[in-house]
Amino acid sequence: MIWNSFSDFISMHGYGPYVWGSFGLTLALLVIEVIQLRLQRKKLIAMSDLT
Amino acid sequence: MDIKSTLSKPPSSSWNWFLFAAPSRFYFLAKKIIPLCWALAFVLGAIGLIMGLLYAPTDAQQGDAYRIIFIHVPAAWMSMLLYVAMAFWGAMGLIFNARLAYRLSNSIAITGALMTFIALWTGALWGKPTWGTWWVWDARLTSELILLFLYIAYLSLYSAIEDQRKASKAASLLAIIGVVNVPIIYFSVKWWNTLHQGASITVTKTSMQSTMLMAMLIMTFAFWAYAFAVILSRVNQKTLDEESHTDWALTELKRLKATI
Repeated sequence: MIWNSFSDFISMHGYGPYVWGSFGLTLALLVIEVIQLRLQRKKLIAMSDLT
Repeated sequence: MDIKSTLSKPPSSSWNWFLFAAPSRFYFLAKKIIPLCWALAFVLGAIGLIMGLLYAPTDAQQGDAYRIIFIHVPAAWMSMLLYVAMAFWGAMGLIFNARLAYRLSNSIAITGALMTFIALWTGALWGKPTWGTWWVWDARLTSELILLFLYIAYLSLYSAIEDQRKASKAASLLAIIGVVNVPIIYFSVKWWNTLHQGASITVTKTSMQSTMLMAMLIMTFAFWAYAFAVILSRVNQKTLDEESHTDWALTELKRLKATI
């Protein structure tokens, strides 16, 4: 572990907004993609009654 | 439920000689692989993040801003790789007239576009503290932006054409033409003078410290596993949808419905 404290880790020695902005948005986008896939799957299964 | 695809279904005997080209075979194979991909994505992602964020040393020149590399490089690699895969399956679709190939091609597009966007976004957030600007119109950045436009064009073209077969053909053709952009992105840092740094690793040498390098490679495999998981899931959904007139697909749909 290279960090002395948790606040050190969060601040990334001043680069926090850039680093967390990158990791945060990436995580959010991947989660959205997975949720969208799940919703689509639910819809597909629900609609299969029609045939 | 999907009439247009029913009408254009080729006789299955004409392409059964491709072992997993039979939709049902591919479906059940993919269904087995998907959970493995998820497990790999989570485990590798966790290890990569712990190494990259907690153990990799601070960079002497760029400070901790460099940590963006752990998603920027994997996403950028995936954006190019997925584009080539999308064009490849598009070409397979055109050559063999196989709908499964088109489905693969089509399922890659959204994830590829997402990876391209992530590469651009994290690049901007990395550029600001290290170059002093979010964006420059240099060769690497511009060609990566063109890649995003190609993905968007592919998806728009596909959804704009009513007839599914024609839509697949047109979109695949676009994907194949756009492939020229991929080597341009990759070699842009060599061919032109750009603000973007050269390749951090090549086959013969690396300029990175070992923990940094390991974390980046592990994150790359995590992204890879993630992409496989979502793309195969999407292909399987499309298969069930388009094959819903067949016995096996109906049985599977009923089974899935019962498990909800």
